[in-house]
Amino acid sequence: MNYVASIGSYAIMIKEVFKKPTKWRIMKSLILKEIDELIFGSLGILVFISFFIGGVVAIQTALNITSELIPKNLVGFATRQSIILEFAPTFCSIIMAGKVGSYITSSIGTMRVTEQIDALEVMGVNALNYLVFPKIVALMLYPFIIVVSMFVGILGGWVAATFGGHSTSADFIQGITLDFIPFHVTYAFVKTLVFAFILATIPSFHGFYMKGGALDVGKASTTSFVWTSIVIVILNGILTQLLLG
Amino acid sequence: MIEVENIQKSFDGTRVLKGISTTFNTGQTNLIIGQSGSGKTVFLKCLLGLFTPDEGTICYDGKTYSDLTDDEKRNLRQEMGMVFQGSALFDSMTVEGNVRFPLEMFTKQSASEMQDRVDFVLNRVNLVDAHHKFPSEISGGMQKRVAIARAIVMNPKYLFCDEPNSGLDPKTAILIDNLIQEITEEYDITTVINTHDMNSVMEIGQKIIFLKNGVKEWEGSNKEIFKTDNEAVTNFVYSSDLFKKVRQMYIEERN
Ligand SMILES: Nc1ncnc2c1ncn2[C@@H]1O[C@H](COP(=O)(O)OP(=O)(O)OP(=O)(O)O)[C@@H](O)[C@H]1O
Ligand SMILES: [Mg+2]
Repeated sequence: MNYVASIGSYAIMIKEVFKKPTKWRIMKSLILKEIDELIFGSLGILVFISFFIGGVVAIQTALNITSELIPKNLVGFATRQSIILEFAPTFCSIIMAGKVGSYITSSIGTMRVTEQIDALEVMGVNALNYLVFPKIVALMLYPFIIVVSMFVGILGGWVAATFGGHSTSADFIQGITLDFIPFHVTYAFVKTLVFAFILATIPSFHGFYMKGGALDVGKASTTSFVWTSIVIVILNGILTQLLLG
Repeated sequence: MIEVENIQKSFDGTRVLKGISTTFNTGQTNLIIGQSGSGKTVFLKCLLGLFTPDEGTICYDGKTYSDLTDDEKRNLRQEMGMVFQGSALFDSMTVEGNVRFPLEMFTKQSASEMQDRVDFVLNRVNLVDAHHKFPSEISGGMQKRVAIARAIVMNPKYLFCDEPNSGLDPKTAILIDNLIQEITEEYDITTVINTHDMNSVMEIGQKIIFLKNGVKEWEGSNKEIFKTDNEAVTNFVYSSDLFKKVRQMYIEERN
């Protein structure tokens, strides 16, 4: 029952976010600030993690090929498929739920407990639009950093496979281009766009409607991370069935 | 003038405000006093429109809040200034940015007009050298001044302050009180202040209402409050030993 009520207030929140917009001149600078914080601020960690995940996927695949009958290009092929279909979109989104999500919850939550949100509302500002809308817009660029992450992940796989002696460069590259289905990239793109919306709104919801003091801000961040991850994982299942199944 | 008629407010079945009626006068500092938990903040938030009362009406210079359209409510909001208990400054903005914020949001003024207005109100609250500091870099008393500056930058008709001098030393507290009273008289504002500070009551209590458990127990001025026979009020006013002794002396002298 409690969950149903939360879903209800979440829906109402989303509706409010798009009402009574803030002046464009102010909104523009808020969006740029959020792009800097949420997108560019996350690029480093995602590139770093993708590189190593790509490398490990390549090594694991290579080590598990024991039969001579399996073609050598499978290492590149498997790395590409797992990076594009799952590791880049889903794995990175879970990391983002931790990094960006807890930042969003704690920054909005702090504004709530120090009455800054009340101050906005007293002035007649639509606080939800002012705080959440720029985050949603900024995170619409999220699929683009996922493209970067895919590229770096495959690069990591290539580096690990060739320099680790698990595959030749030519075999790996042939594997990458093997049976390439462009729709898989579209699928990943659609998925990350949905995740981006989740990453912007669920942490905002937990921050905006929190009650209590500074300690509760920390608790809200944790809860927010848990729920953002759960929703991402569930939606991942649904979207995969709908788009590929 | 704000006229309040039979305001009631409950949270989850607990009645917090149990039918309060009173008026707040223009050009005067109106005080709401009462013990912690008596409903002062809830009452103030009802006056601000942050909470919707379950019952009763609030009338701002003849305009009944519940009868207004959303646009009219928004316009009315822009005639209100609020100083929050913890100042509630935006910590991502400088002092200047905080004060300029309502102007940027709601006026079409040019940058230089805004700057003039910001400088003017910051001067008015005696803050001259903190323009580019962030709220975390200034003292509590200075934060309160910035909060007052931000609250009056739009020339409000109504000013609400929730415990404006809590957490300040007695001297700074009196300075802040006096500042609010001067501004109230200078610009003919209807000011409502929540407090449980007896110094404020004596200094600026032009009109006082005393809340107890969500009921208006007493109302009057600071001249009357020391003479009243209402037991709840005297218990509150003379809760400190010093005051009790002063009152004892006063009564002995009178007899
Ligand atoms: N948003 C809310 N939800 C539920 N109950 C609330 C809410 N706000 C206040 N209350 C309750 O209303 C009562 C009055 O609270 P209020 O904050 O108005 O007291 P106060 O007189 O301002 O006290 P203080 O001097 O400590 O600030 C308290 O019992 C409080 O628990
Ligand atoms: Mg209070």
